[in-house]
Amino acid sequence: MALDAQGKAEAPHTGTTIVAVTFDGGVVLGADGRVSTGTYISNRASNKIQQLTDSIYLLRSGSAADTQAIGDYARYFSEQLAAELGRAPNVSTVAKLVSTMNYQNKEMLMGAMIVAGYDEQKGGQVYGCPIGGSLVQEQWAVDGSGSTYIWAALDDGFKEGMTRAEAEQLVVDALSLAMARDASSGGIIRTVTLDKAGATVKYVPGNEVPTWFEDLPAPGTAMAVG
Amino acid sequence: MSGIGTGYDLSATTYSPDGKVFQTDYAQKAVDNSRVTSVGAQRSREAVEKLVVSKLLVERSSRRIHNIDRHAGICMAGLLPDGRMVVNRAADEATNYKSFYGEPIPGRVLCERLASYMHLFNLYWSMRPYGAAGLLATYDDDGPALYLVEPSGVAHGYFGTAVGKARQAVKNELEKMKLGQITCREAVVEAAKILHKVHEEDGKPFEIEISWVCDESGRVHQKVPAEVLAEAEAAAKAALEESDMED
Repeated sequence: MALDAQGKAEAPHTGTTIVAVTFDGGVVLGADGRVSTGTYISNRASNKIQQLTDSIYLLRSGSAADTQAIGDYARYFSEQLAAELGRAPNVSTVAKLVSTMNYQNKEMLMGAMIVAGYDEQKGGQVYGCPIGGSLVQEQWAVDGSGSTYIWAALDDGFKEGMTRAEAEQLVVDALSLAMARDASSGGIIRTVTLDKAGATVKYVPGNEVPTWFEDLPAPGTAMAVG
Repeated sequence: MSGIGTGYDLSATTYSPDGKVFQTDYAQKAVDNSRVTSVGAQRSREAVEKLVVSKLLVERSSRRIHNIDRHAGICMAGLLPDGRMVVNRAADEATNYKSFYGEPIPGRVLCERLASYMHLFNLYWSMRPYGAAGLLATYDDDGPALYLVEPSGVAHGYFGTAVGKARQAVKNELEKMKLGQITCREAVVEAAKILHKVHEEDGKPFEIEISWVCDESGRVHQKVPAEVLAEAEAAAKAALEESDMED
């Protein structure tokens, strides 16, 4: 167990890369799989994408416990609202719920999240809900420790009106770039694509994550165990 | 004094042998016998109403139609002070919803919350039901809507409806109209005509208050502009004279 400066055990941290990108007709969400407590990777294939409604998902980074709690609350509030409205809530409404929780409890929480989804009114949408409690709608968003390495990559790679395939490829490429440079991100890639038809969940195992440097072997092929 | 509900009508927590809660019925009577009539027509999304005044009253000083939020308005009928409390509650619901969810309260949700609220007062011995009914006009992402919330807590969506003393006469007129096919402005004129016609028999002075929430108003609930109202009242008076001459 890793210890921090006070000698207390460090809480699990989703040192993470999370990405969400809109395309023509929907939105693609992606995340790496690494959860670390200090230098120990406690989970190398975690799922940082949480479903809030049929077509709205939450990407989590920051404190694993805080973001799980917020995600659970957000899902509960969304269900209650759907019952009262008689229809699924809008993406903007759910994003507002998440950012409100961040804001009202900002002293205690450390959750940097992205809410992304599809609704009939506005199509695919991405909302950044960073630490502190602000809420900003964007065409694409990244967060987590690995995001620092890929802001420019997305600035360069994002085009308005991309196709679904282009957007999915962009998300996977960006994540793999971050995973190559950020020690706290890595492992596997999970993506969820949301459009009119529903949600498509995909999984990229560690040895199929794109590599960018010919001198690094793909993970999983270097060692044979047992 | 013995009446219909003798013995079973003293509190809202008592049923009569034939299954009625008389206090609720009496509250409804407070609305039905109110000397003013309120009309709502959905296609045009307007709540109209009629006031009986005394000579000493300042014109248009007592408002019957209230804004709940930019996109919603309510007209109360019956005991007006009771109505005021319901209006305040509606405004609170709208504000809280917007504060929590970040979007204007949908009409359907506001209607259901108001209905639950009014129903609450039919359940307890220590409170009496509101002697007021509300015509709720809203415009949200699902379009325009008109709801009537009654003292019992019953609420329905309507194409057109009326409450108050002359409600049956007004409803008869509304049924003749093709509410789905007229524009907002036409509906204002029609409503004014109906109110003037229905009030004609009384002979006492009165004034009209009309509001609308429609595309023409930018989906904002507001009093109809002065010139539209003037045009409507002029048309209403002209129609009355015409029908007088035909007699």
